[in-house]
Amino acid sequence: MAVTENSVGQRRAAWRARAFLIGPAALAIGVFMVVPLLLMAWISIHERDFSGSVVWDSYSPEAYLRFIFERNLDDSLSWNFDYLSIILRSVWLSAITTALSLLVGFPTALFMATRSEKWRAILVFLVTIPFWTNLLVRNYAWILLLRDHGTINSFLLWTGIIGEPLPLLHNGFAVSVGLTYSFLPFMVLPIYASLEKLDPRLIEASFDLYANRVRTLWHIVLPAAKPGIIAGSILVFVPCLGSYVTPELLGGGKTMMIGNLIGLQFGAARNWPFGAALGFALLSLVLIAMTIYALKARPKAGSQ
Amino acid sequence: MTVRSLISSPIRRAAPGDAKHWPGVAFMAVLFFAYVYLPIVVLIALSFNANELVTIWSGFSIDWYVKALQNEEMLRAAKNSLIIAVVAATASTALATLAAVRMARDRFVGQSAMNVMIALPLTVPEIVTAVATLMFFAMVGITQGLITVMIAHTVFCIPFAYLPIRARLEGLDPKLIEAAGDLYATPGKAFRKVTLPLIMPGIISGAVLAFIISLDDFVTTFFVGGAGSTTLPIYIFGLIRVGVSPEVNAISSIMLLVSVALVSLSLLLGRGRGQTQHR
Repeated sequence: MAVTENSVGQRRAAWRARAFLIGPAALAIGVFMVVPLLLMAWISIHERDFSGSVVWDSYSPEAYLRFIFERNLDDSLSWNFDYLSIILRSVWLSAITTALSLLVGFPTALFMATRSEKWRAILVFLVTIPFWTNLLVRNYAWILLLRDHGTINSFLLWTGIIGEPLPLLHNGFAVSVGLTYSFLPFMVLPIYASLEKLDPRLIEASFDLYANRVRTLWHIVLPAAKPGIIAGSILVFVPCLGSYVTPELLGGGKTMMIGNLIGLQFGAARNWPFGAALGFALLSLVLIAMTIYALKARPKAGSQ
Repeated sequence: MTVRSLISSPIRRAAPGDAKHWPGVAFMAVLFFAYVYLPIVVLIALSFNANELVTIWSGFSIDWYVKALQNEEMLRAAKNSLIIAVVAATASTALATLAAVRMARDRFVGQSAMNVMIALPLTVPEIVTAVATLMFFAMVGITQGLITVMIAHTVFCIPFAYLPIRARLEGLDPKLIEAAGDLYATPGKAFRKVTLPLIMPGIISGAVLAFIISLDDFVTTFFVGGAGSTTLPIYIFGLIRVGVSPEVNAISSIMLLVSVALVSLSLLLGRGRGQTQHR
């Protein structure tokens, strides 16, 4: 038995095993996810006819031109920033949500990290649980709270603080509250994971050396929390950008986000190429955010 | 490293008093948990409200639960949800288990690309995948319905099933499998008698997570589904669109409790397997 022959045989067996074991999962994702995404890219560079179907023998940047132009009746183009403003609004709402999550999430994570071991497990459990409940149900709960005759307005009217119900629902405020609510665990858990590794003696030492609270927070706690803050921010920002349910339920006509605009192209508006182009724009934004994260996080190895 | 830090105990767990330096922290944490749990508490409380006017409390009642559970349409939607979730969880867990077992003890060219691919359903925004899959099915000519939803759910459940199994495999001592081989077990037998029982908690945990994710999904089902594939979330969405009603409160509360029960089960089963947070 020649050594080389044996190793070739072994290598072949290894590849056969890989094909049998990893192959099925790869095939499922490849056929039903990668191929559809490629198809989407392909469709985005075609035109649509009057019924909204794709015209296959046409190639045109029409769908992408619609981001900033409008085609007039005489076929000329004029500026139109309606769609671009929806994209920018999505980025803006996601940024606000990320900032709000950080504002609430960081102190919570610090609080959790300074509990006893038993309490930490309970608190982590309590933070995790709502994430796994239905997103529709969680957003619906906010409709109950925020609507004109909802819990918050009823309470404020009862106390006499306000005379008229506040317009809390169907606006940007409701959407950012709902988005923050949806993705908050993604901010708290990574920061908590970072802070848990912080040696509490460092904090004591800092105070012993006459650093005040602000300095200790700035020079000891924040640097330790940094990997968690970066990871948490990306984990909140990315799903926010692609959210569909929250703006659909809590938002109004003026708070549409990219996800809703995409959905519209496959429903009432019926414009597949434009929907595909928007889908690609959203995907690109997500990839840009993740690339920035990868570049920021890479130098500090060991924190995932 | 100073002498003193060597003398003092190497691992000093934080004591409850350590946050005292920043009194605002405890306050913010209380605020956080109120923010997280208040809506859920209000929803459940209102589902027991006798009054039709939803926000005005007029007495305790389980009428809305009785009414919801007698609602034929709701029950049909719930049945669809269960069928889809069982199929998607079973299929995705099977695919994920096979892949995880090989990926955990293998090094090959293109492996990191494979990692990226398995995580793809977590990376790409769901709405994008949903409309892309919709176009794909339309072009291939597969009529939208239960089958298309099952396929789409299976695909996006793969990473949720994969991660807990992979984490469990990570903690597995390779010597155990070597020992099985030394004792003349065939690779197949070693897998069935040694590896499989050891990673079983990870598999169950992954299957339960996949089940919940499928059961709760709205966006993919909404776009990829068609007539005859109305699931519970799709049904509820229709109701919410019409308006707030006590019956929706009752159905929502039931869904909430089912999810909490299942995820608690999954977390309990997966305990001690280390960090396996979904990304």
